[in-house]
Amino acid sequence: MSTTATRAMLTPGTSSRRPRGGAKAHGGSRAEATTAWLFLAPFLLIFLVFTAIPAILALGTSMTDMTARDIRDPLGVNFTGIDGFLAIIGNPGFQRSFLNTVLFVVLCVPLSMGLGLALALMLNNGIRRLRTFFRAAAYVPVITNIVAAAVIWQYAFSISGPVNATLGDIGIQGPNWLGEPGWAVTTVVMMGVWRTTGTCMILFLAGLQAVPEEIYEAASTDGAGAWRRLWSITLPLLRPTTLLVTVLQTVSFLNIFEEPYLLTRGGPLSSTKSVALWVYEQFGFGNVSASMAGSVLLLLLVGIVAIVQFRMLRPKH
Amino acid sequence: MKTLSPTRQALNYTVLIVITVFMLLPFVWVFFGSFKTQAEFLGNPGAWLPESFQIGNYVQLFAERGFGDYMMNSFIVSSVAIVGNVLFSAMAGYALAKLRFRGRGAVFPLVIVAMIVPYVALFVPQFLIVVQLGLVNTLIAIILPVLALPLCVFIMRQFAHGVPFELLEAARLDGAGEARIFFRVFLPLTGPGLATVAILSFLTSWNNFLWPLVVAQSQDTYTAPVGLSVASQASNTISFGLLLAGAMVVLLPILILFLFLQKYFIQGVAATGLK
Repeated sequence: MSTTATRAMLTPGTSSRRPRGGAKAHGGSRAEATTAWLFLAPFLLIFLVFTAIPAILALGTSMTDMTARDIRDPLGVNFTGIDGFLAIIGNPGFQRSFLNTVLFVVLCVPLSMGLGLALALMLNNGIRRLRTFFRAAAYVPVITNIVAAAVIWQYAFSISGPVNATLGDIGIQGPNWLGEPGWAVTTVVMMGVWRTTGTCMILFLAGLQAVPEEIYEAASTDGAGAWRRLWSITLPLLRPTTLLVTVLQTVSFLNIFEEPYLLTRGGPLSSTKSVALWVYEQFGFGNVSASMAGSVLLLLLVGIVAIVQFRMLRPKH
Repeated sequence: MKTLSPTRQALNYTVLIVITVFMLLPFVWVFFGSFKTQAEFLGNPGAWLPESFQIGNYVQLFAERGFGDYMMNSFIVSSVAIVGNVLFSAMAGYALAKLRFRGRGAVFPLVIVAMIVPYVALFVPQFLIVVQLGLVNTLIAIILPVLALPLCVFIMRQFAHGVPFELLEAARLDGAGEARIFFRVFLPLTGPGLATVAILSFLTSWNNFLWPLVVAQSQDTYTAPVGLSVASQASNTISFGLLLAGAMVVLLPILILFLFLQKYFIQGVAATGLK
């Protein structure tokens, strides 16, 4: 995803250029280079140990028969090539978790983005007062600790919890939210949307603030109604923001782990088991190489999806 | 656009209030539920308000469930992460935006790559490395990966671009050394950036879950979220009231900070979008 992605990411604030001859003005740039590497050293060291080497290890161990027993003595493993990948692609448990993950993406991404955009539009120019309050309220779930949030959701959606009690008050028999496959998926999706709508809202708000007010005034004078302005002005101008939010949300839900792990442990009947949760489980069972093959496939999927989205949504010149 | 009819505004307010209620309802439940006794949960599970505000859950949480230790671990992890990120990302951001050296063009893409790689793909090999380093079940292992977050480096690089070269050059001409320029000239000019980084690294380390779950293998290294998660797994032997009190305790530091530093929280997460 390198070039296009990177370019899109770097557009804000990259224009600061150093005046020519600056390096000479203070006696050569060797001291400057030494300082620079010293200053970068802590970041680079942690990057090396916790990102670069793990990424290589992930690829390496996914092509071996590594189990939990080999963790302390990793040199005893055998090279198995792509057998591990073929094995998990043919594994019904992995296939199920893959389909579940796709379902989460398909449901959560449009819902959170739609809700986030609606909130952003209303907060940007739909009301006069209390903007900060509403913005903060929609935003609190984003910063919330997910374990704490999951404890609350488990309680709220337990069979006789406050949600069903409230439904009962208005004469509806509430379902067994976390105990039936369809409802468990619904609950996980609701929590995912609840937790990420605020992020979408903030990004859309930032995008909306870049749209010049004069365009709307001109359109209004020409007799364009509110919906017309939304379709013909706001949405096209929000295209870069929409691209960004789509990619971020898709990647985030492809990696979904905490909601299903904490709410349902992937159940009932594996209905909420995501790929990330499958990876975590395999690691727990001691199937280190299978677990790594799963995460490498997930990594590939994330990369492909990001590239496709950037191509599809790239502005046409 | 500026002349919205009162009806339209009323409609917007209604929609916003409905959404807000759904967003905030869980927090209302956790607050009231944390003061309920187990008997209340069993007797009248659907009741919204506690019969009386009992602080027994909180007492039990700290006195019997070791939550004080978990909170202490979380505070240690987060404090070190804040200090580390503020210092290291300012240093890296300064180097990337303000210093010229061979290889600079190669370092920045690493920052971007590090921001994109899904964490799920990394935690198992990270664990293998931590085992080799002999750091399993230590707070150091929990802290190290969040000590120099790539996103913080990215943010500080953006803020560093806003610092004029002229000021740095002037200090240089006055004979100031590189360290002095960094601490005395650069850092004071990037206050909002440092605040954003501090908040973001606090959020990341305080809310971190998967990694501490993998690395913390005994109670003395549990962070508060891990302790809460382990307690909730045994939810047939533990009362909802106790769990909700635990959730409340984990949430409180974030909510209090958010109340005062909303702007930096929002800047921090808006920056997550910029990546």
